[in-house]
Amino acid sequence: MRSLKADRIETAKRDPAPSRWGYRYQRLMLTPGFRKLLKVGLPMLVVGGLVAGWTAREANRQMVADAYNDVKSQIQQRDEFMVKVMTVDGADETLSADVRTVLPIEFPLSSFDLDLEEMRQTVAALPAVAEVSLRVRPGGVLQINVTQRQPVAVFRSPEGLKLIDAEGVLIQNVMARADRADLPLITGDGARDVLAEGLSIYSVAGPILPRMRGLVRMGERRWDVILDNGQRILLPTENAVVAFERVVALNQAQDLLERDVAVVDMRHPDRPTIRMNEQAVATLRQIAGAEE
Amino acid sequence: MRDLYQSQRAQRAMRQAAMQRGVIAILDVGSSKIACLVLRFDGQGQFNESDGVGSLAGQSSFRVIGAATTRSRGVRFGEIDAMAETERAIRTAVQAAQKMANVRVDHVIACMSGGRPRSYGLDGQVDVMGSVVTEGDIGRVLAECDVPDIGEGREVMHAQPINFALDHRSGLADPRGQIGQTLATDMHLVTIEDSVIENLLYCIKRCDLELAGIASSAYAAGISSLVEDEQELGAACIDMGGGSTGISIFMRKHMIYSDSVRMGGDHVTSDISMGLQVAPAMAERIKTFYGGVLATGMDDREMIEVGSDTGDWEHDRRTVSRAELIGIMRPRVEEILEEVRVRLDVAGFEHLPSQQIVLTGGGSQIPGLDGLANKILGQQVRIGRPLRVQGLPQAATGSAFSAAVGLSLFAAHPQDEWWDFDIPAEKYPARSFKRAVRWFRENW
Repeated sequence: MRSLKADRIETAKRDPAPSRWGYRYQRLMLTPGFRKLLKVGLPMLVVGGLVAGWTAREANRQMVADAYNDVKSQIQQRDEFMVKVMTVDGADETLSADVRTVLPIEFPLSSFDLDLEEMRQTVAALPAVAEVSLRVRPGGVLQINVTQRQPVAVFRSPEGLKLIDAEGVLIQNVMARADRADLPLITGDGARDVLAEGLSIYSVAGPILPRMRGLVRMGERRWDVILDNGQRILLPTENAVVAFERVVALNQAQDLLERDVAVVDMRHPDRPTIRMNEQAVATLRQIAGAEE
Repeated sequence: MRDLYQSQRAQRAMRQAAMQRGVIAILDVGSSKIACLVLRFDGQGQFNESDGVGSLAGQSSFRVIGAATTRSRGVRFGEIDAMAETERAIRTAVQAAQKMANVRVDHVIACMSGGRPRSYGLDGQVDVMGSVVTEGDIGRVLAECDVPDIGEGREVMHAQPINFALDHRSGLADPRGQIGQTLATDMHLVTIEDSVIENLLYCIKRCDLELAGIASSAYAAGISSLVEDEQELGAACIDMGGGSTGISIFMRKHMIYSDSVRMGGDHVTSDISMGLQVAPAMAERIKTFYGGVLATGMDDREMIEVGSDTGDWEHDRRTVSRAELIGIMRPRVEEILEEVRVRLDVAGFEHLPSQQIVLTGGGSQIPGLDGLANKILGQQVRIGRPLRVQGLPQAATGSAFSAAVGLSLFAAHPQDEWWDFDIPAEKYPARSFKRAVRWFRENW
């Protein structure tokens, strides 16, 4: 009798063998490299493709950029990050006004928008500033600590009078010599480079200090001391301070500069020379003639 | 012969490649079932000599990670009869084993029992070059063996050197490094029909697998089911398969004779099927559940239902006594054993020092077989089961799997064969590049 149940015949004939392609597929899936590719490579490819496809549109990219900037500014504009005041410490009024001029910041401003390094360089570029440090203090204060250059002398240049510090940096203009009468006056080509020597000459001047008008650098190699009544002390190239000390000592012992002397020439250390005024020479000759 | 040498060497190279990858498959293509084992080689085994565990014939170096069997279709007498069916059966087994192992296998070592194996003893003699025997001398003496006329359409399957003699001393296992003048060897050659091998090769190729070795299943069964002293002193392994019964005689740990009887368990089944007029599937079932070869008084009373689905109630409800079943099975089993006896007598088995006979294979599970075999084959008969190997599932430890297990041992430790030795330089074709390389290597 034939079986009336068609499906029973089906199950009886079922072949347990895998098909050729099924067999190959299973072997392929057991290949480690292929499995890794499928498990890792394919999802990455799909995700990457989706992301790339989405960002390929200009509007989507713009949306992401806008959202990013929005969040960024929201955070940066928080009250905690806002700078409201600027304080300048260690500078006198002129300088602090200068600092405020070169840093034209409109407060309030987010501290993320401040480029402290650039601002520091801007301030440090001011001639009167030796050192400067900037920081944003808690409480929204931009703190600028300035170390000002200290003027040590007045320098007369072709452009006018300027204050100069110990390193030879010109700080600022002075209208008149009388404004800074407390500082010595130095002039001449190359005087800025050997400022220390000039200042040490001043420091040994002692009693003739009130009479000193200034120091002139001659020919970029030696100094001349100018006194108030036009007297000149010519100092040698080397050991200028020692030579000047000798002149000071001579003045104390013999009142040399009180006499009618036009030039004291110390350029040759073994042979100091004095040039007198013409009148004095004439007088001296008369006296000598009378004695004869 | 040169093609054979090259192809066998290629298989050895393939086996080496499989060892590098650490995974190899074992395929036992039998008439009743196709078994596939997936072995993983983890380098040296986890046991050392110092642990008191020996090398265990090599089975400690691998582990069975996948095992599958499927009913064989299209194989008769151990030979491929229907190519497509066999291919599908192999695919089924390989796929299931791969799935269990969760690893892909590309190299397979196969064994088969059919193809009418024939055994030849060869000998060769050569003068030793220099005073010490080197590997080159062994290669030369093996190449020097006189190959008998193996017949048209036959192929060499095994060519194993089984004995070396140096001058008057014989029975050397490894003559290398010994001093002497004349080196002689005995070689055991097994040939089978080349069409059978080609069919198997084609099937395996169709399954996208590479053949890394081929062995006779009688030999493989012998490796796994004979214990070491039996192999050493001399024993015969009778592998009672479905379509054919393989015979291999071992001595001094070498196979010295191999033959097969083209009868097996399938013939018993068909006898039952014809005798009781039932379907072959039912006959197989009755054989495995109630089969036996020694009838007792109890068996007259034990009735077996012979089911059938012809629709005829009288026919479908028949019962037979177990004694009747045994009466059908016994003559066939006797016939097989008688035939085995004849083959053993031809091989001169009675001259061996020890005449142990080990019955293995699926057919050896018939209850009472050892009693029957005692009467036909002699007193020293036992039923053998394969060696235990690591990771083998319980279902695959039966005697039906002795060829598969033996093949795994063969994969781990292949016997030196002729093609494992370099062919001597003078046998190479003239102007061979290899010859030049060889000359350089020998002289610098």
